[in-house]
Amino acid sequence: MSERKIRVLIAKPGLDGHDRGAKVVARALRDAGMEVIYTGLRQTPEMIAEAALQEDVDVVGLSILSGAHMALVPRVIELLRAEGLDDVIVIVGGIIPDDDIPALHAMGVSAVFGPGTSTEDTIAHIRQAVASRSAPQ
Amino acid sequence: MTRASAQDWVDDLLAGDRRTLARLITRVENRTPDSHAALARLYPHTGRAYLVGITGAPGTGKSTVVNALTRTLREREQTVGIIAVDPTSPFSGGAVLGDRIRMVDLAGDRGVFIRSMANRGSLGGLAATTGDVARVLDAAGFDVILIETVGAGQSEVDIARTAYTTIVVDAPGMGDDVQAIKAGILEIADILVVNKADRPGAENTVRALRAMLELGHRLRTNLHHGELLARPASPDASIYDFWQVPILKTIATEGEGLGALADAIERHRAYLADSGLLVERQRAGIEAELAARLREALLDQLIRQRTPAALEELIERVLARQLDPGSAVRMLMDGSA
Ligand code: B12
Ligand SMILES: Nc1nc2c(ncn2[C@@H]2O[C@H](COP(=O)(O)OP(=O)(O)OP(=O)(O)O)[C@@H](O)[C@H]2O)c(=O)[nH]1
Ligand SMILES: [Mg+2]
Repeated sequence: MSERKIRVLIAKPGLDGHDRGAKVVARALRDAGMEVIYTGLRQTPEMIAEAALQEDVDVVGLSILSGAHMALVPRVIELLRAEGLDDVIVIVGGIIPDDDIPALHAMGVSAVFGPGTSTEDTIAHIRQAVASRSAPQ
Repeated sequence: MTRASAQDWVDDLLAGDRRTLARLITRVENRTPDSHAALARLYPHTGRAYLVGITGAPGTGKSTVVNALTRTLREREQTVGIIAVDPTSPFSGGAVLGDRIRMVDLAGDRGVFIRSMANRGSLGGLAATTGDVARVLDAAGFDVILIETVGAGQSEVDIARTAYTTIVVDAPGMGDDVQAIKAGILEIADILVVNKADRPGAENTVRALRAMLELGHRLRTNLHHGELLARPASPDASIYDFWQVPILKTIATEGEGLGALADAIERHRAYLADSGLLVERQRAGIEAELAARLREALLDQLIRQRTPAALEELIERVLARQLDPGSAVRMLMDGSA
């Protein structure tokens, strides 16, 4: 039984207390057979990068409804790179204005999922991104 | 990051590289062939860490205790590796691992490494690979390894076989205290913790546990002989009677009572060392592990030797009442199926 499970960290950076979406996504990914590490509210970017390293996740999912995404997302990505986690896939969900999406992509965000997006899309995206990233190693 | 050999993995691990530690744990969990070689290589570097198990019913505060205990151990200048096990969903094979939520205080401390594990269908509170993951943390140099089991409140003997000191966490208002002894969880406790001592009823829980400990004393001794230890530690089996299981009250959310808990772990550790029981426990653990692994390997081998169709046919025959399950197994064993 050496089946490889996809491991995902779902984190809520900053002071944003809206956690329903993060929990919905965490459960949906579990139901899709993934192992989801949920770290709860009020995580600093440093905490998120450290958890991503220790848990050796394939994907970091950030849930942000506070409007602070343009400050928090680049910081998380910068710290992940500093830890050598360049190949970790970063996805973002929550309240993200359409205008900000191109800039997030440019920072290295793999996909953005706003309100009303189906969790099926998220699952499909993660599976595809992990598969295309996976070197044979 | 391709590594040429198991040696590279182990060299980087011993050099303290945290990324290597994390990635090697993943490989051990997935039982990749290169992880088998790495485990063989790092095994001589294990045996230094002290393994402590934390078990108890869901929601009693195990993770919060781990968080607070780790802070106390850090004040005492010990480094801590943490393995937190949560259940895998039997329906999807996925899991939500939430123990880290209670361990935020430990962020940013290089002397701590936290790893969440899904039990991946294994019964008994741990994942099948938890013992090996503990070995990786041991080789990486952590002084103490805390292993939080799945909160099942069942008879979780796995943890008592893996850890040297097993802490069972209870809390007031968890309801049926009699359930605890029925499930056999008290028998594996070296230390009992009544957490949430800020809540009403804590004294009652302590009293109930004390009464049950007294009742279950003989039972506990017998279990240690019959199940945990394959052979008695000494001709005088009463050696087990000398350890008095302490009942300690904590308020993990406030960090209260953790000094006393750390002291009790130290005392139990000294007791095991002085009595020779530490080696006996390790020997019993190895014996149990070898038996479990052999069982699994033989089963794997046997099943691999049969075609799925042959197994399918046997199942059909048992279903049709032409063959009883016992005979089916005997036919598989002697090759006539
Ligand atoms: C419920 C709610 C609350 C609840 C939160 C309860 C809780 N525990 O979550 C309460 C009442 C506490 C609350 C408080 C506040 N709220 Co409010 N709240 C909402 C509301 C109505 C719905 C949010 C929700 O739960 N949706 C349901 C979930 C399932 O959807 P979701 O979170 O969007 O998640 C989906 C996707 O976004 C995506 N997703 C989300 N996260 C992730 C992560 C990943 C990795 C992926 C892949 C996908 C993903 O997938 C999910 C499923 O499709 C929204 C408005 C809205 N319609 O969105 C405002 C809203 C988010 N709140 C808002 C505000 C301003 C506040 C307050 C500041 C109000 C105040 N002045 O006090 C406070 C702040 C609280 C705090 N500490 O942060 C604003 C935010 C404005 C902004 N960002 O610019 C909103 C947008 C309302 C508005 N239009 O002004 N709020
Ligand atoms: N009042 C009080 N609450 C506590 C204490 N310790 C933990 N809690 C709370 O109890 C709840 C459960 O705590 P956890 O540490 O997650 O419990 P657990 O046993 O690890 O839970 P599982 O891993 O899900 O089985 C949380 O809301 C904690 O904040 C305490 O000493 N006092
Ligand atoms: Mg827990």
